[in-house]
Amino acid sequence: MKTYTNTGNKDTRSGFGAGLTELGKTNENVVALCADLIGSLKMDDFKANHPERFFQVGIAEANMIGLAAGMTIGGKIPFTGTFANFSTGRVYDQIRQSVAYSDKNVKICASHAGLTLGEDGATHQILEDIGLMKMLPGMTVINPCDYNQTKAATIAIAKHHGPVYLRFGRPKVANFTPEEQTFEIGKALHLIDGTDVTIVATGHLVWEALEAAKVLNAEGISAEVINIHTIKPLDNEAIIKSVSKTGCIVTAEEHNFLGGLGESVARVLATNKPTPQEFVATNDTFGESGTPEQLMEKYGLNSDAIVKAAQTVIKRK
Amino acid sequence: MPNTQQLKDLTTQVRRDILRMVHKVNSGHPGGSLGCAEFFVALYSEIMDRKDHFDMDGIGEDLFFLSNGHISPVYYSVLARSGYFPVNELNTFRLINSRLQGHPTTHENLPGVRIASGSLGQGMSVALGAAQTKKLNKDSHLIYSLHGDGELQEGQNWEAIMYAAGNKVDNIIATVDLNGQQIDGSTDDVLPMGSLKAKFEAFGWTVVEINEGNDIEAILKGMAEAKSKTGQGKPVCVLLKTVMGHGVDFMMHTHAWHGKAPNDEQLARGLEQNPETVGDY
Repeated sequence: MKTYTNTGNKDTRSGFGAGLTELGKTNENVVALCADLIGSLKMDDFKANHPERFFQVGIAEANMIGLAAGMTIGGKIPFTGTFANFSTGRVYDQIRQSVAYSDKNVKICASHAGLTLGEDGATHQILEDIGLMKMLPGMTVINPCDYNQTKAATIAIAKHHGPVYLRFGRPKVANFTPEEQTFEIGKALHLIDGTDVTIVATGHLVWEALEAAKVLNAEGISAEVINIHTIKPLDNEAIIKSVSKTGCIVTAEEHNFLGGLGESVARVLATNKPTPQEFVATNDTFGESGTPEQLMEKYGLNSDAIVKAAQTVIKRK
Repeated sequence: MPNTQQLKDLTTQVRRDILRMVHKVNSGHPGGSLGCAEFFVALYSEIMDRKDHFDMDGIGEDLFFLSNGHISPVYYSVLARSGYFPVNELNTFRLINSRLQGHPTTHENLPGVRIASGSLGQGMSVALGAAQTKKLNKDSHLIYSLHGDGELQEGQNWEAIMYAAGNKVDNIIATVDLNGQQIDGSTDDVLPMGSLKAKFEAFGWTVVEINEGNDIEAILKGMAEAKSKTGQGKPVCVLLKTVMGHGVDFMMHTHAWHGKAPNDEQLARGLEQNPETVGDY
């Protein structure tokens, strides 16, 4: 079984910051906006290097989205930065009308997504943002798994014309994506070959899926692991191909099962190849305060949960 | 350059277009459209420095953003009569498969429109973003925008108004259509906003008042004054006092025609008061 090495825990938001720094050097049309969270979003470097292309908008996210939409007129590529909650739910109508319906080339970059925000609790832990964003026509939705992939995704979305939602997180997590790997929007990454069960995971849950595959392997279960970094457009072909071999699937995400990756996968399978599926996701609930590890354990979003889901779904074949 | 009489004639024709468009589909917003007819004609015929063709980026020309998108009839009429698309297309307003959606959109690639509007309160931010890009591009042209007075009840406007002054966005002229009406009644009845002049000034804007917002000469004079105040470190607001429904006697001074189309008989009366000038579509 193929294994992956963690080169050292790093936060995905720092991957975003590093990608933005790179874009500052290579693409003069990239501009950045932030709603009073420069440090949290790791936008300090871009601000220091390109003050003329950096816009501090204050605690005013609705205005930030509108400004970004307007800035595209004349050729700029705006990257907005705030927490995932304030990047989506707070400004849904602004994104819907001024960005998505108006087909504006805005990159909505959202940190502190999901439960792993930790101690701040449910007001800040959005678990509905993937659903909100994927429902918008024309919106691309990306949830990279680690530092290197977040950096590569940040660079890649500048080249894609159209609105993008880029979701990442706060805690330091395993960094295992090869540094030189380029990011291809919409192309799932096959991480481990297997024959008994398919595990498709997104974001922080990808590393947990790799850990789960090791445990399952020790039990004699061969798990195929796929990194679905792009939830929309979804790589339907990769999913259908894998379940054609394994006959069952587990989806894993740091998000509500309503509206998340799992539902998108279920639709693809229901219309193409009906397949038993288990969902590793939150169960229509808000989060709460706690450490990221405690929360992922309590809400069933870690490798243990993936192992159990795999064992369950195999029995349903 | 057209003379004032030509602008007045065009305004009368635009009023006919508005009435006929909303009558045909028995829907749309004639009141605010009629009230802003002079402003749109002056803006597109005289005030803005525009290129002949439309491209989304609009580099090297003045740009206009309509925030209160429900007054699409006057916008579409003036865009068509300014050469952005054939005037015959006004016939398709609000019909299925039309580029002339109920509220303006870029989605159908209608030349002249750069942002969707209709959900209120978003246009100020968008206009300011475009103004910032003009500065980044070292493009000295201006951004014009129009907002309803009732629309200023949306909080996003005040985020944007605060931002504009704080960041010295001085290449924008944001006009507020001060007709004192909104769907449920007068703005004073629905949610009194006090002095908008005092509010904009308190937020650090330069304010120009046009008290005769249905008079072409007054608009040209006031907008020239507003333009002279750009580039001085402060955003510029024009408070344009108009009469909702202007030019059709039974539609004036009331919110009743905010979003209601005239019937056959009412259309005939409205057209009689606005005789054909440059030609019906």
